[in-house]
Amino acid sequence: MLNRHASLSSKRRLVIFLVPAAVLLLLSLFAPLLAPNDPNATSAMMMNHAPCADYPFGTDQLGRCICSRVLMGAGTSIFSAALLVILTFLAGATLGILAGWYGGIADAVIMRICDVMLAFPQMVLAIAVAGILGGGMTNAMLAMGISGWTLYARLARAQVLSLKEEPYVQAARLSGLRFPRIMFGTLLPNILGPLVVNATTQIGVMMIGIAGLSFLGIGVTEPHAEWGSMINFSRSYIRLAPWAVFAPAAAIVLTVMVFNCLGDSIRDYLDVGGEK
Amino acid sequence: MGKYIGKRLLHLLWIMLAVSFLTFLLMYLTPGDAAMKKLYAQGVAVSDEVLENTRENMGLNRSFAVQYGDWLLHALRFDLGSSFKDGFPVSEKLLKGMKNTAILTLSALALALAVSLPLAFFTAVKKNSLPDYIVRFFSFVGNSMPNFLISVLLMYYLCVKARLLPVVAENSLRGLLLPCLALSIPLCCRFIRQFRAEILEQLGKPYVSGAVLRGVKKRYVLASVLHNASISILTIVGLSVGTLLGGSVVIETIFRWPGLGKLAMDAISSRDYPVIQGFVLLSSTIYVLINLLTDISYRLIDPRLDKKEEESSC
Repeated sequence: MLNRHASLSSKRRLVIFLVPAAVLLLLSLFAPLLAPNDPNATSAMMMNHAPCADYPFGTDQLGRCICSRVLMGAGTSIFSAALLVILTFLAGATLGILAGWYGGIADAVIMRICDVMLAFPQMVLAIAVAGILGGGMTNAMLAMGISGWTLYARLARAQVLSLKEEPYVQAARLSGLRFPRIMFGTLLPNILGPLVVNATTQIGVMMIGIAGLSFLGIGVTEPHAEWGSMINFSRSYIRLAPWAVFAPAAAIVLTVMVFNCLGDSIRDYLDVGGEK
Repeated sequence: MGKYIGKRLLHLLWIMLAVSFLTFLLMYLTPGDAAMKKLYAQGVAVSDEVLENTRENMGLNRSFAVQYGDWLLHALRFDLGSSFKDGFPVSEKLLKGMKNTAILTLSALALALAVSLPLAFFTAVKKNSLPDYIVRFFSFVGNSMPNFLISVLLMYYLCVKARLLPVVAENSLRGLLLPCLALSIPLCCRFIRQFRAEILEQLGKPYVSGAVLRGVKKRYVLASVLHNASISILTIVGLSVGTLLGGSVVIETIFRWPGLGKLAMDAISSRDYPVIQGFVLLSSTIYVLINLLTDISYRLIDPRLDKKEEESSC
């Protein structure tokens, strides 16, 4: 993506973007240990305080440490987005492979369900579901995932359909292997590439989606630290304490950029089409 | 062509039936019963007698299938019940909001297209030049920004810092500017990326090098590239309507633009279920119809598609 990497091989570029992604994942896992202050401790003395030695990113209008909250928010945002992508990936890929392999009624039913889920604009459905179920990370993930799996299902099905006629798949079938062996041993390794590329780009999409729900107050809710809800919480005080908005904002943009770059470089590395 | 449209309409019919069923089910499955929710939304003291009466009036004592059928028959006549909160018909509220949302989303879409198409063309033709890198860098950053963040930043810089515009949007052209910008920036960034990739693909095709070698004038070559890329461009635009409808909920809530999205968020915070239901149903209907229209317009752009279908069905 960036010009200074244009001359590098796709493999080196992949490694270059894997490092920040791994660092972000580690940060999100070890956030409680790294946070300089208690992310939920309020302080009447330190409201809207500018960044200083004790509070590297300043404090919000309740005197909470922004740096600690951004770190804890990394845990929430990255963890929930990654988990959501993994879950929708597993569900969608399994259903797609089943539909493609068995065809007939199973195929028809699964694909018709896909069609119906795709008839709802994703964020509209997510907002309605999250709004009805009320706040909370699980509900926000459910709201985003309810139509998220269709992407993998359709992709996996299309891949399996074209793979089914390949001689080596036919051979596996004729040798009497059971379906689980064929699925994990023969089909999955051959269709994984495009699925993984799409899954990586979906991490950013899901992160933005969950942050959006939290921003609207129907995702992860206060006092639980999450970047979207932090921005919403502090935006009315932006004149007094711009750092309370800019720190989580920078965190979201950088994280999504890292995962989008990673997705692009995986696509280049595996050399598969996928979503443009 | 006619056969194709008929087939698609039939498909659409059953999709909308399933969509309406799911929308109804969503509300049916919410915790607590509708009579209770209605009374709470109106702030009425709930006694057993009042509750029983309300249930009877709302027809909640009937079976699920009957309730759904009844709701569907009314929905077909665009009668989506009345708001729990103030008793106004939901369809009236939706129509009023839809007008404002249409103004907002269409102007955002027009702006995004007006900026992204020339830029995508320019950067694709001048691939790997400095302007290409700059445009690609900004579109990449914009792609990684949630729309609510763009709104907050626009508000901060234009309203708070530069004091150019009022923070709360008035229902006027001036008030439209910020929400329209906030909605179109992320869209524009995505369009540039997708259009550029599509145009690059077309530029790499043999017909382009053939035309260039034969000395065809550049603008004629670019015109046929645009024509051939238009199917993909239309698909991208058609699908973006879903993003626009979802994005307008966020943008309208932030800027207090009185459209569908704000209506939906207000309904969510006051648990006004019929309005939420109407919003989901209306958004999906718009989305599905627009995608049908894009599919049909492919065939107008490229009649070969029609032929192909006929051959494959024989």
